[in-house]
Amino acid sequence: MAPARTGAWEDRNQENALAKIVVVTSGKGGVGKTTTSASFATGLAMRGHKTAVIDFDVGLRNLDLIMGCERRVVFDFVNVIQGEATLRQALIKDKQHENLYILAASQTRDKDALTADGVGRVLEEMSKEFEYIVCDSPAGIEKGAHLAMYHADEALVVTNPEVSSVRDSDRVLGLLSSKTRKAESGDGRVKEHLVLTRYNPARVAKGEMLSVDDVKEILAIPLLGVVPESQAVLTSSNAGTPVIVDKASDAGLAYDDVVARFLGEERAHRFLTAEKKGLLGRLFGP
Amino acid sequence: MDWLKFFRSEPKNTAALAKERLKVVVAHQRDGRSNAPAYLPKLREDILAVVRKYVQVPDTAVNVHVQREAGLEVLEMNITLPEM
Ligand SMILES: Nc1ncnc2c1ncn2[C@@H]1O[C@H](COP(=O)(O)OP(=O)(O)OP(=O)(O)O)[C@@H](O)[C@H]1O
Ligand SMILES: [Mg+2]
Repeated sequence: MAPARTGAWEDRNQENALAKIVVVTSGKGGVGKTTTSASFATGLAMRGHKTAVIDFDVGLRNLDLIMGCERRVVFDFVNVIQGEATLRQALIKDKQHENLYILAASQTRDKDALTADGVGRVLEEMSKEFEYIVCDSPAGIEKGAHLAMYHADEALVVTNPEVSSVRDSDRVLGLLSSKTRKAESGDGRVKEHLVLTRYNPARVAKGEMLSVDDVKEILAIPLLGVVPESQAVLTSSNAGTPVIVDKASDAGLAYDDVVARFLGEERAHRFLTAEKKGLLGRLFGP
Repeated sequence: MDWLKFFRSEPKNTAALAKERLKVVVAHQRDGRSNAPAYLPKLREDILAVVRKYVQVPDTAVNVHVQREAGLEVLEMNITLPEM
């Protein structure tokens, strides 16, 4: 099924650029951007969409490990920007998923190797070949994060139910509405989606953790999905397979919902309440 | 494990506290955002500096907003003084 043709899509079409560019961003570090980028891109590819996922974290490459292709990185994003390799040479085709490609970050260069101009050129070239381009942003609100969001049509704002993460997400929302190509050119605005990760319903029930409604109320952007705190995330990263592939895991199913909703499917939110434990479970449980 | 604590378990709702604190910082962060004029953050800084010539106030003490009502633009300013 073809994705809905929004106005933004048609505008890009006229510029002879076809892909929808989605940035995965957060401000705060370690909240689950790379985990989300990997599963989101894989999920889009599993549904038949030709998708590329780019690691913008120059100097701290990690996406390749989460995607399980670290031994096949020959050329990276910076090589392509600087004309040392072609896009075709640098894009790594995923072994498991037909429509999925990875562009690794450079491990040896510094952040200045990314230029606004260079990033723009590479994205434009990729836009002709892919339906979706997922940009895994580095933490912070500096150059790397700025470049990752600059060309975006849509943004997944990854947030943990925790004060500093929510505040940083709010900062990032401010940047998305002012420091992006769309904002600067007056070409509409970046469509924002909240992805709340590392959610622990048991702690929410005890009043120890912000609830999904609390975070929604504060950030005031549409909720795309809630991903529970899950042991499957670690085991999947150990194996180098995005957690969405693990259809027996809560986090895997939650990411599957995220992708389905992103593509316009209606799905009820789940994993929002804790499983009930008996007295023994409460005494001896975590 | 502290058994007494377990049975007493008076739930302290720190999540509610977190939410209240976040509402304040976020409202503050949003000053001068969206379609407000670009000079607002600078104006806020300047006013804060002036206030501080006379009273010690925290960073969050000054809030400025632009309100649009019936084609009229109103600059609304709030200065919260510390409790004595
Ligand atoms: N839903 C989850 N449940 C449990 N652990 C998680 C979950 N999501 C992410 N993690 C863990 O949190 C850590 C950080 O995740 P990740 O690398 O995706 O974050 P990041 O935002 O990309 O970090 P950085 O800002 O450094 O790029 C990892 O160890 C990951 O396994
Ligand atoms: Mg990361």
